[in-house]
Formats: sequence, structure tokens, C-alpha cells
Amino acid sequence: MKNGLLGIIVCNMHDDLIPQLTANRTLGSIPFGGRYRMIDFALSNMANSGIKDVGLVPSKNYQSLMNHVGNGQEWDMSRKNGGLSILPPYAGERGVYRGRMEALYGIREYIKASDAENVVLCDSDVVANIDLRPVIEQHKESGADITLVYKYSEVFKEKKQCAALFFDDYGKLLDLYLNPELDGKQNIYLDIAVIKKPLLDELIAECASKDEHSFVHSVLMAKKGVLNIRGYRFDGYCNKLTGLRNYLDSSLALLDPEVRKSLFPAERPIYTRVRDEVSARYGENAKVSETLVTDGCHIDGEVEKSVLFRGASVAKGAKVKGCVLMHNTTVGEGAALEWVITDKNVVIPAGTHLAGSEKYPLYIPKDTVL
Amino acid sequence: MRKKMIAMLLAGGQGSRLYVLTKDLAKPAVPFGGKYRIIDFPLSNCVNSGIDTVGILTQYEPFELSEYIGNGQPWDLDRMGGGAFVLPPYQRNTGRDWYKGTANAIYQNLRFIERYNPDYVAILSGDHIYKMDYSKMLEVHEKMGAAVTVAALKVPLSEASRFGVIIANEEGYITEFEEKPANPRSDLASMGIYIFSADKLKKYLTEDEADPDSENDFGKNVLPNMLAAGEKMAVYSFEGYWKDVGTVDSLWEAHMDLLEASDLNLYDKNWKIYSRSPVMPPHMVEAGAEIKSSMVTEGCTVGGKVEKSVLFAGVEVEAGAEVIESIVMPGAVIESGAKVIRAIVGEKAVIKAGAAVGEPGGKIALIGPGAAVEANTSQPAGAIFGKEAK
Repeated sequence: MKNGLLGIIVCNMHDDLIPQLTANRTLGSIPFGGRYRMIDFALSNMANSGIKDVGLVPSKNYQSLMNHVGNGQEWDMSRKNGGLSILPPYAGERGVYRGRMEALYGIREYIKASDAENVVLCDSDVVANIDLRPVIEQHKESGADITLVYKYSEVFKEKKQCAALFFDDYGKLLDLYLNPELDGKQNIYLDIAVIKKPLLDELIAECASKDEHSFVHSVLMAKKGVLNIRGYRFDGYCNKLTGLRNYLDSSLALLDPEVRKSLFPAERPIYTRVRDEVSARYGENAKVSETLVTDGCHIDGEVEKSVLFRGASVAKGAKVKGCVLMHNTTVGEGAALEWVITDKNVVIPAGTHLAGSEKYPLYIPKDTVL
Repeated sequence: MRKKMIAMLLAGGQGSRLYVLTKDLAKPAVPFGGKYRIIDFPLSNCVNSGIDTVGILTQYEPFELSEYIGNGQPWDLDRMGGGAFVLPPYQRNTGRDWYKGTANAIYQNLRFIERYNPDYVAILSGDHIYKMDYSKMLEVHEKMGAAVTVAALKVPLSEASRFGVIIANEEGYITEFEEKPANPRSDLASMGIYIFSADKLKKYLTEDEADPDSENDFGKNVLPNMLAAGEKMAVYSFEGYWKDVGTVDSLWEAHMDLLEASDLNLYDKNWKIYSRSPVMPPHMVEAGAEIKSSMVTEGCTVGGKVEKSVLFAGVEVEAGAEVIESIVMPGAVIESGAKVIRAIVGEKAVIKAGAAVGEPGGKIALIGPGAAVEANTSQPAGAIFGKEAK
């Protein structure tokens, strides 16, 4: 049952957009939504779409990523042949790639060795549950060289690397604007592409010989007239991570039942590493509303409009509002937090008051003991 | 490959005193504690004790249990040269038999045990909630030079007649053993957990099998025979939480124990209880929800009131519903305006809008898996309500 597909996830693209959260990790291993890491969405989308061989391309700080994905077993990708491969950069070559094409050049032998007909290429910065099967089907039927997945939505507020796509009447890519000064909704490229594999092999070699490194510039922009590049519009919930405020916004967006329905349909689960935590425990003083709570949490205080990760605890008399509390955050008795993002293992002592604002959340780095 | 000790887990129990809960499900597969099934406790104990080969003997309704065990990976029992094995009765050239009793079940799998050629075999049962380090029990077994060591704990004398009762001497050797005596003379109860020296196990099981009058039961036949033959039989005294959850009341009580500060600590990082996790997002507490003194698992959505209850994965409690002093198993739905008080609600059961189950202070009501309590109807305290046969 070969389906001729190879998945490649570039894990360190866009790291600079959220320097706080990527200080010690790749963008792909940023914790999200109580029990997930960003990469879980891309990996699960591939797994649920029948893509059985997936290469992860990190460039730096990828210990947490390797620890998280392990042998890929949670995604059913622990296989004798193929399955999940982590492809760190070779020593001697440039460790930190400048762009996607350079990242792919580093793993060109892995790509060449695959007998896939098409490659699904994506980053790990998108929170979405996308069924890639119709994308691939359309790609094959339309005869496109490259099919780009986009979402019809507003241009990002914290705009960086926001690419708007324009197509002609026949659906071929006409133009691409990077960080456009445009109002209203546009076709925003999600950095998810399906490419014919032989073409990708050629493009990697060509870009390397010209010392070009960007997929958007050197392939999409440069070749839009030559190649048959088409688009696929995705209409489900989707967020492309663009910064710390967007991280808070998209975390709290999970409190919307429609968003959860689109992200977590029973037939296409988002897989993640299993931690064997006990069910969440509520004390007799707990008062919780509009909050996402994960196994291993212990709540005896008041929590409102927040996301609590595994093992987070909120003691009696503490008040938490509009916050994201990552793994094992401890909020002491009588403490008050508003619009705060705490990274893993943060300790907020009893009685501490901390507040950011909805538009400018306060971030507390990993392992901080206040 | 030679192993020091392997475990044989008796998981064929029907659990008839759990009524509709075990109609289509083996007792060890009954959900427990929000995330677990009963069998997770002995399985996790094995792994945490350093046992990497476990034979799981199934007979009654084996499908769900077999699927749950799978390749044993959630318990780290997917091993080269060992791991978890589901062992149903099978046909051999000398004939075929169901497992006739606990001893016969092991006897029928002696060849499995011989494949691993262990020095010791732990015989465990799949229907108790407890945490035990079998390696410590093995230390006692070795030190005492015993043929078999029986784990035991003190119970109130009034309850001892439900158990195998042990009388031991000062050194800790068993001098008398009575299975479920009418008038117990000791408060030391066998927990149904044994460590045998493998050669002795083989000897006495073979002898037991040859006796046409035997009920092929460890407590009734094998242990008394060993005692009569003068074998050294040691007691391993266990202290800590241990509960047979074989009845509706005890299953409910064990969950209430979880909510109180009891001896059953699930949070010990060095003695985790593992389980096969459903893949579900964190649970959502909606605006207007009220959750107190409860445990809630991933995949739940709570809009109503939940107090002193345990909600398993994927349970929905709609706004306006109330769940009090109850256990709600995976995927069950409590619709708006429904009241569930002192009840066990089985997997995927639906308590429809405005329905009432159980009563404050009343006997525990039981709603079977997949059953639907129709809107605005009620099931009184102590009711047992199963899915209608189709």
C-alpha cells in the first residue's frame, strides 16, 4: 500500500518570531494547548493523511524536540522501513540554515533515496487540523508541479514572513506578495506545499549552486511563470504563530468550542507524547470557568479564561485569569496572575501578584522561581 | 532465555457481582480511577518491580482486554525476549479445555513458563487495586527458602471468611491455610498473590491436574496440598492500600478513597501507574461550570456541577446537569438538567435531559455501558439498569 508520499517538516523556521519561547527549544517543540507541542499538529496531520515516511529537519536546540518525538511511535511512525527520521545537520556544513532550500540541501541524500512521487513540505508553526489527502488528490489531478495550501484570512498583525498569494482565472499562481501592506482578507500561504519529488531534487541542486536558500524567493517568486504552481484553500480553523501575543491569543482561542471542534475531531486526533499523568484534581475550594485543564493538574483556587498544562497547580485562594501556565507551574496560595505566560517549572510563591495585559502578556522563562 | 522471575496474571474473571458493567467485559478491563483499567495496577506493579515478562490469562470476554493490552507498549512491556502475552485457552493434540480453575489455567500454560525458564513465577490476579513491589516479596521468598510465598494482609476478623485465611508461626512460615472458612481463626488474609519456585510450581500443578477430585484452585487445592506435603511456605506481610473492587459498592468506595487522602497514592513518580491513553485534548471547563473535590480526565467537557466525583476520559456534563458522589466512565453523557447522585455510569451511557439517577445517601445505582436513561425518567437508588438486549 505504497502511496508515494514523503513528508518533510522544517522545525526551526520562524524561530526568531518568538525568541522568548525558542530560547532553549525549536519552534516545533513550543508547548501548546495544554498537552501538545507545535510539531504535533504537522506530524499528526501527516499521520492522519496516510503519510508514513516523515523527515524532521531541525538545525539547533533540538534536544527537546528529539525527546518529544522519540522514535515516532505515538504517531505510528516507529517503523522498520521508513517511518520517522530526525535529520540533524551534518557537521562541517552550516548548522543554522538560512532558509528552507538550504535546509533541504542538507538532507538531499535522504530525499533522493526516497521513492516517493510527491513531497509534502511544511513547517511546525501552524496550529490546524488539516486533512492533506484532498490536497494531494487535487495536486495529482490538476497536474500541478507545486500546490500551496493557503487560508483566506486577514494579513497578520504581527506581520513577518506573511505571504499573500494571487492566482489567475485558471488557478495558477500569478503573484506572491511578502508582508503586503494590504487591508482585508487575502490568500495567506501556510507554508504547506506539495511538490513533485523529481522537481524538488532539481530545485535543491539548482538553489545550492546559485547559493540561494529561500523557497519563497528562489522557487515560488522566481519560477511562478515557468512552473505550474497552484493553490488549495483550507477553510478550517488555523493559526500561524507570529509572536508572543499571538501565542496567547491562539491559546485562548482554544476555549471556543468551534475552534476545538475543528482542531480535535474524533476521526483525526492530534497525537502527542504520552506522559502517564493522573486525572486532574479539583479541591473543595476550586472555582474554575472557561478553562482548558490537562491531566496532572491540581486546582484549589480560582481560574478563569486560561490554559493549564500537565502538572500545573493553583493553590487555595490564588486567582489566575487569562493565563497560559505550562507544565508543572506552581501558583502559591493567594497569588494573583493576569495575562501571564509561565514557561515550564515556574514557581509563583504565595501572595505574589503579577500582571501583563491582554495585548502584551508577561512572559516568565522556564525554571524561574520568583 | 533464562529469567529470574516472570509473572502470570489471572485475568479471566467474569466479575459477576459487577452485573451490567461486566456483561461484555472481563473484570480486569473495567475502568478505574479516571484513566485506568483495573489490570493497569498489577501490570504497572510488574514493570515497576522489574518484571519484564507477563503472561495474561484471559477467558471471559477477552476481546476488549486483548485489544487494550496490545503489544504491551504502554507498560513498557514491548520487549525483545519477553513482554506481555495474552494467553487464552487453546487446543492441543491431547484435547482442549477451558481454564477450569486458577491452578488449571497456569497448568495449561506451563509450556509458556518453560520457554522463559524462570527461577520464580509470580501468580497475580487481575482484579485488585493495590501497589506492591514484587521484588521485595521475592527477597523474602529467597531469604525464607520457601517453595511458595503468599502475600497477606490483616483484615477485620469479621470479614476474614471471604478470603483464604493464614495461620503462621513466629518465623513467618505458614502452618495452616483455610480457603474461605466459616469461622476464621486468624485475621491474616491471603491476597491471592503468590511467588512460587518454578520447579515446585510445576510439581504441584502436575499433581493437582492428575487428581480428578480437585477443583484445580490454588487456594482450595494447591496450597493445602503443599502444606500437607511439608513444603516451606512463607508469608509476605503487605501493608498499604489493597481493595477488591469486585462489587458495585467496593468499586464506588475505591473511587471515593481516591478523592480522599487515602493510602492509594497515584502521584508517586517512582511508582507510576501506566495505562493506554486515549488520544484526547485537555478537558474543557465551560463558563458556569462548578467542579469541586473531584477528578476530571482529558477529553471531558463540563458545563454543569460536579462534586465528589470521578469523570473518565471524554465524559460530557452539560450545563444544568449535576453529578454528585458518582463515577462516570469514558464517553458517557449527562445531559442538561439530569441529576446523577451516588451512581456508577458505564462507558458511553447517556443520561438524558432531566433524568434522575440515584438518591442522596442512597444505595449506589448502576447504569450499564451504552445504556440510555430516557429524558425525565428516573432510576432510584440501588437500581441496576443495563442496555436493552437487541
